[in-house]
Amino acid sequence: MEDLQKLETDILKAITVLDNLAALEDLRVSEVGKKGRVSLLMRELGKMTPEEKKKFGPKLNGLKNTIIQAITDHKATLEAEELNRRLQSERVDITLPSPPENQGSIHPITQVMDEVTEIFTELGFSVAEGPEIEEDFYNFTALNIPPEHPARQMHDTFYFPENADGNRKLLRTHTSPVQIRTMMEGEPPYRIIVPGRTYRCDSDATHTPMFHQVESLVIDKDIHMGHLKWCIEEFCRKFFELDDVKIRFRPSYFPFTEPSAEVDIGCAFKDGEILIGEGDDWLEIMGCGMVNPRVLENVNLDPDVYQGFAFGMGLDRISMLKWGIPDLRDFFAADMRWLKHYGFAALDIPSLSTQNNNPGGRSQSNRGGSSSPTGDRPPINNNAGGK
Amino acid sequence: MKFTLSWLKEHLNTEANINEISEKLTAIGLEVEEIHNPADDLAPFIIAEVLEAGPHPDADKLQVLKVSTGSKTLQVVCGAPNARAGLKGAFAPSGSTIPSNGMKLRPTKIRGVESNGMMCSERELGLGEDHDGIIDLPADAPVGAKFSDYMDMDDPVIEIAITPNHQDALGIYGIARDLAAAGIGTLKSQNIIPVKGTFDSPQKVVLANPEACPTFAGRYIRNIKNGSSPEWLQKKLRALGMKPISALVDITNFLTYDMARPLHVFDADKLQGDIVVRLSKSGETLTALDDEEYTLDDGVCVITDDSGVIGLGGVMGGVSTGCQPETTNVFLEAAWFDPVTIAMAGRKLGIDSDARYRFERGVDPETMLPGIELATKLILDMCGGEPSDVIVAGDIPIISKNVTLRPGRVGHLGGVDVSEEEITKILSNLGFQVTKNGDKLDVMTPSWRCDIDGEADLVEEVLRIHGFEHIRSEPLPPSSRHISIGLNLMQKRVRSAKRTAAGRGLREAVTWAFLPSAQAELFAELKSELVLSNPISSDLDAMRPNLLPNLITAVGRNMDRGFKNVALFESGNQFANDTPEGQSLVLAGIRRGQDSAKHWNDTPKDVDAFTAKADAEAILRAVGAKIDNAQVVAEAPGWYHPGRSGAIRLGPKNILAWFGEIHPAICKSLDVKGPLVGFEILLENIPFPKAKSGNSRGRLEASDFQAVERDFAFVVDRNVAAADLIKAVRGADKKLTREVTLFDVYVGAGIDENQKSIAISVTLQPTDKTLTEEEIEQFSSKVIANVGKRTGGTLR
Repeated sequence: MEDLQKLETDILKAITVLDNLAALEDLRVSEVGKKGRVSLLMRELGKMTPEEKKKFGPKLNGLKNTIIQAITDHKATLEAEELNRRLQSERVDITLPSPPENQGSIHPITQVMDEVTEIFTELGFSVAEGPEIEEDFYNFTALNIPPEHPARQMHDTFYFPENADGNRKLLRTHTSPVQIRTMMEGEPPYRIIVPGRTYRCDSDATHTPMFHQVESLVIDKDIHMGHLKWCIEEFCRKFFELDDVKIRFRPSYFPFTEPSAEVDIGCAFKDGEILIGEGDDWLEIMGCGMVNPRVLENVNLDPDVYQGFAFGMGLDRISMLKWGIPDLRDFFAADMRWLKHYGFAALDIPSLSTQNNNPGGRSQSNRGGSSSPTGDRPPINNNAGGK
Repeated sequence: MKFTLSWLKEHLNTEANINEISEKLTAIGLEVEEIHNPADDLAPFIIAEVLEAGPHPDADKLQVLKVSTGSKTLQVVCGAPNARAGLKGAFAPSGSTIPSNGMKLRPTKIRGVESNGMMCSERELGLGEDHDGIIDLPADAPVGAKFSDYMDMDDPVIEIAITPNHQDALGIYGIARDLAAAGIGTLKSQNIIPVKGTFDSPQKVVLANPEACPTFAGRYIRNIKNGSSPEWLQKKLRALGMKPISALVDITNFLTYDMARPLHVFDADKLQGDIVVRLSKSGETLTALDDEEYTLDDGVCVITDDSGVIGLGGVMGGVSTGCQPETTNVFLEAAWFDPVTIAMAGRKLGIDSDARYRFERGVDPETMLPGIELATKLILDMCGGEPSDVIVAGDIPIISKNVTLRPGRVGHLGGVDVSEEEITKILSNLGFQVTKNGDKLDVMTPSWRCDIDGEADLVEEVLRIHGFEHIRSEPLPPSSRHISIGLNLMQKRVRSAKRTAAGRGLREAVTWAFLPSAQAELFAELKSELVLSNPISSDLDAMRPNLLPNLITAVGRNMDRGFKNVALFESGNQFANDTPEGQSLVLAGIRRGQDSAKHWNDTPKDVDAFTAKADAEAILRAVGAKIDNAQVVAEAPGWYHPGRSGAIRLGPKNILAWFGEIHPAICKSLDVKGPLVGFEILLENIPFPKAKSGNSRGRLEASDFQAVERDFAFVVDRNVAAADLIKAVRGADKKLTREVTLFDVYVGAGIDENQKSIAISVTLQPTDKTLTEEEIEQFSSKVIANVGKRTGGTLR
């Protein structure tokens, strides 16, 4: 019993030199196991006098606890080392490419429609749609464009053959027929936007036979041109993500509005790029006006009670402006390279809570060279009547 | 519409500069498109004198000139035959650019002789066609002065866009009137003094169709000499890009631009009998002044004499009675034609002329007599001759009308408050006659504004002159009645469908809504009502009956660019007929190649009918279709592979989607190398959730008792549909069955060649106690029995 101190020293030393868990377990059994050395010593306590018990009992207990603790500690160390060894052996080349995911994309036209929809939803509008194959009445006559009207020459209209009644259907040249359909189907007030495909028999660098417009119609009792101006300012500010935007109204002519205006937005033409919100130049972006009383009469609304405004713009054009897309014709070519470059992620859904991700800045033309649509003609079908 | 600043100032007293004028024009609705000052092009050119002209040592046709520019003497090699000592001409110094060809001059050697600059011809400076020699100025031309100053060319040409309601601005006088009303100077009064006739007109005019041509003024002028017009007139016309022709033609062009008054001059000696203005009869012909022969339909307003049609009223004259240099007696016409008749005729015949452009927008009828008087004066000045009395057939139509304006409407409609006094002033300055009538204004429109239709037009007139910049921006008030906002259910569905397709790796395309009719015919019987009469090109002539063909050809184009794996979708309308109901909204997708790129750790899989099925099901699920209730049947349209395609439907009639491999014959017809797989989601066929079901999702039934999984392998006949087998498994004990998964299909060794083995895993979920072995065995027996009964299958 006098050798307890030496015993402890020996066992502790034996523990520290062990380098594997199995040997450590063997040692545990042989020292503090049921039949281990220390356990056997403790058994001898029974044979001792009370005085001896008092003297050796605590010492033996202390010895046992110290050894168990040392084994536990060493076990933890060995386990950690073993885990480390395993982890080292499991090393991979983490620079290897991950499995490919086929990324899809959303076309800029869908994206711009979704953005426009969000902005106008906040302003209290709903979204209306209508047929692309239209009747002359909705596309022209009801909009105060009689057959002989010079404005019809501005529309290079696609026609279908004359039917048995002597009428020819046509591809709508603007989204405005949906104004008429909306007003004929429901009761005022109206607050709608109409995004959609439109068609004109025109094809060159800046015109395609199919393009997209968004139309807006607000009819209520006291709507005036100031409300129109506000709406357009709000839209431009939000769409182009600008705190301040310069808007200019210019008198113009559309058969379906009176007074009519074209809207220019302040911009700069710099190095072939258009920078919205900067500079002293102007870029025409839409046509608008107060709905012509003749149009209201055509849909049986009393112009002395109801009045309001309409405006329309090219969706292709404003997406080209916002995202710096140079060529309109590429929109419809379904070229995978273009779709990848100008497309949007599936979940990049415009929403009110994520508007204005470019505070105070100008619109981001960061998708590549945005060519300035200079030249004699506006870049997109945006000529008079092109609302 | 083009005009020069100097011509404008003949009608407008103003101190305003070109920028102020330009800004005001745009502000009042006469949008300036371009301002071009010819002097800018000619700025570097100066008047120089040839001091000496000697032969070139090495070239017969060249001369070596010593040229004085006033400050310097330079050596210039020149090839012009008229170069000679003492000639004064336009000199282009080194560093300048020749306008006609863009050539930039620099010091050079020509055949070994130094040459600095160039003496220019008219053509080189863009001043005319003459290229026979260099410009030869009068002897008193000041050497060293700017050529453009000497030629008085510092006169900007302004081009404005004309909207159809501004027929008055098709004459420079009208533009001046608008500017004066807008505060840019004062309008000079037009003082046209009638010329007294000395004899009765021997030429008579009969108006046979007063609707098309209600009035016609004429004057016979005899013994004239139709030479060139004077330089002041030629210069005016040239500045606007017109070619001077002869005094008579130039005079009519002058009146067209100056006062928007088209005129015509007949060679009176070529007229046979009375002039009769009537509507054409089908088959009549005319060779017009553009040297084209036109065959007319009924209803064109024509000028005729005993020889037949001699002119298209208000559009273009005819060759047979046109004026020539030797013309000595003329009959001058100033008429008024109905705008609608002119517009229809012009469009039908496809003739664009200055006359048509004005008449179809509405010429001021009150310019008829002043026009004929001014033209007479100019003819007499330039050509001499003796005028008859003016004859007027018919009555000058009254275009002016009375429109009531409530002054408050300007603010109520226009959003800018303008005082009644200001309103009256603006309208008066524009030529309206304003009379106060209680709290309203009676406004008589001027004869030159046939576009004014009602009160709103007057509001616009006041607004545009007062200034659109004064319109106050004001937030939209709340709607006077509750209205729904945002997307409706269908629009929301389209958005979800597109975003889901993109999330599955398909790229959204937007393709034409039309395609070649031969391609349309592969998908539907070609209906003539869906074929355009005037397609942009013959391969874009039919409305698409289906979204797939344009996507398939797009796949082909992308393959040509080197893409092996292509996945595209489009959402849009397809057309079954020309009615609104025939238009249906579809989302379609096409895939080709493999479902992913090559990878070191994954083997890409060829896309197949099940890829398309997965696309279709995922999209249907995303838009809320109850796809678990839907059936999948092997019934797809003919453009799919008959054995590798199907329909997803709710009941036999309501098809939600088609999917499968595209028929190889379709790929071949569209010249695309397959195999391709595709799907079409018929978005409008998907039922909307019932409104009464509300938003509650019900309570989650999650059992605490252990679920059990059991696998079965059944041998069934080859033609048994997997769906029927699954249905049989499911139907055995609906209460216990939570999930059925088909995880293997085997055909081959060990199985009869007319049979297949299908392995299925079933998850049992007890809800009230843990299942015993015995109960599980009972369940298995029920499954095996039901499969046997429904499909003839046996446990393998």
